[in-house]
Amino acid sequence: MNWAGLYAVLSGVNRHSTAIGRIWLSVIFIFRIMVLVVAAESVWGDEKSAFTCNTQQPGCNSVCYDHFFPISHIRLWALQLILVTTPALLVAMHVAYQQHQEKKLLVMTGHGDAKHLEEVKKHKMRIAGSLWWTYVCSVVFRLLFEAVFMYLFYMIYPGYQMVRLVKCEAYPCPNTVDCFVSRPTEKTIFTVFMLVTSSVCIVLNMAELVYLVVRACARRGHHNSNPSSAKGSFYGHKLSSEYKQNEINQLLTEQDGSLKDMLRRNPSLQEKGDRCSAC
Amino acid sequence: MNWSVFEGLLSGVNKYSTAFGRIWLSLVFIFRLLVYVVAAERVWSDDHKDFDCNTRQPGCTNVCFDHFFPVSHIRLWALQLILVTCPSLLVIMHVAYREAKAQQHRAARGESYRSRFPHPGKKRGGLWWTYLFSLVVKAGVDVVFLYIFYRFYRNYSLPRLVKCQLPPCPNIVDCFISRPTEKTIFTVFMVVTTCICVVLSLVEAAYLIGKRCRERCRAGTGESRQHSHDCAEPAMGGQVFHGVGYKAPTASIPTASIPTASVPTDSIPTASVPTDSIPTASVPTAPIPTASIPTTSIPTTLPEQEKTPL
Repeated sequence: MNWAGLYAVLSGVNRHSTAIGRIWLSVIFIFRIMVLVVAAESVWGDEKSAFTCNTQQPGCNSVCYDHFFPISHIRLWALQLILVTTPALLVAMHVAYQQHQEKKLLVMTGHGDAKHLEEVKKHKMRIAGSLWWTYVCSVVFRLLFEAVFMYLFYMIYPGYQMVRLVKCEAYPCPNTVDCFVSRPTEKTIFTVFMLVTSSVCIVLNMAELVYLVVRACARRGHHNSNPSSAKGSFYGHKLSSEYKQNEINQLLTEQDGSLKDMLRRNPSLQEKGDRCSAC
Repeated sequence: MNWSVFEGLLSGVNKYSTAFGRIWLSLVFIFRLLVYVVAAERVWSDDHKDFDCNTRQPGCTNVCFDHFFPVSHIRLWALQLILVTCPSLLVIMHVAYREAKAQQHRAARGESYRSRFPHPGKKRGGLWWTYLFSLVVKAGVDVVFLYIFYRFYRNYSLPRLVKCQLPPCPNIVDCFISRPTEKTIFTVFMVVTTCICVVLSLVEAAYLIGKRCRERCRAGTGESRQHSHDCAEPAMGGQVFHGVGYKAPTASIPTASIPTASVPTDSIPTASVPTDSIPTASVPTAPIPTASIPTTSIPTTLPEQEKTPL
């Protein structure tokens, strides 16, 4: 497992994201992960070996390095990127669960052939109902993790700047020794770059959140004023022409209750307006 | 052989797992294996080279490093990740065995043969026990490694300074560990994810047992006899069952979400566990006088440092 593996896992989520979500994912992979792997890691590659203190006292180097760099930028960014991208897996799991339920329903109602099942896999899920809440939670968590890591960076490395010289007096250094950081300017440039991309990602997440809320409220307003224009879900279109609601309910009373709940929520089969569970 | 080949072997188990099992697998791949490969390995890359003792006596540094780091964290984690994911291979092998048997019988008795296990991947009969056993082993392995880490590295932390008095060191020498804070942070991170994985495995085991008990109760009271088609009790001898019957809903993560293709290894650093680097458990007894071996590393109380940047 490495960054390519994470990319493979997350690119599946892309299909079910909003447009802003896809832009966010591209920014993460191209401007953050790729820059981290191809550039930033080599800048920080010699951070310990080239950290030199003006002393021959054994151990002084190690101790001063550990004091001024409790955790390296590179590791913090790696952890940040992993934590910020994993909430998308919540959405992937929820989508997979919904697809599983749809397939079960198709099989139960006699549409369980390979073509229909493939269509279930391929069609894009609407971000509505419980999936909307899952999606919103994942965006909120992303925002939270980004903010927390930016704060951590600020706490550990105030001013987001790398200095050339630090003065160290930790044992076993015999006195206040000068220690020199390797490539401070290059490190500052990359730190500022990653900070800017992190801010862009925060802005994108906030925009996505606002977009989701506004869209959900608009949908609710539209359906409240025009209840007959309900759009059905994927399987609603396939089934509503052939089965009455009571026949489906009869099938469902013999099966798992969760399916019944799902269909009750589905607007086309209930012949009610689309209910927005968000607002 | 490296992590991507191993990962390819394991991604097949997703199909036969419950929702908890899939979450567990995602946790292991993303929060343990990925963090190990992209971050933790780099932190420990120079652990021996930068272990500095305040002496010019040849051999003192080596001996002290070996005493304080009998097995490096990185090697222990590699072992742990391999051992904790292996029980899942048992499940895959059992399913493959069932499928092979079904195919053999079908070939011998013709297409009209109705298999005892029409869906080899469903957790019924022996496969249920294999799956439960794999869960218990996974939790057990994680707990054992947590204990090993605790015994080797008290409080899961590393001090900056350790004092060493082993021969050939001439007296009590100060030895300095490289990047102790960063190593402590990653150790705590891996301990926390291991604990979460243990809890998940136990919850999954409880879920499986609870589900089985519920099915037995239902079958026992005759409440939903039409749902228990697929009870394949080994004790019932050669009885054949067919039809799918009741299927409990489980969340399924699309198998494409865990990559099966092996990643090109030349551009991305991968870890392979060198088997000869894992030290044996033998402890030298005769040459080292026991009175002089410090049993605990003394954490330093360093005076407050001033950060005065230029």
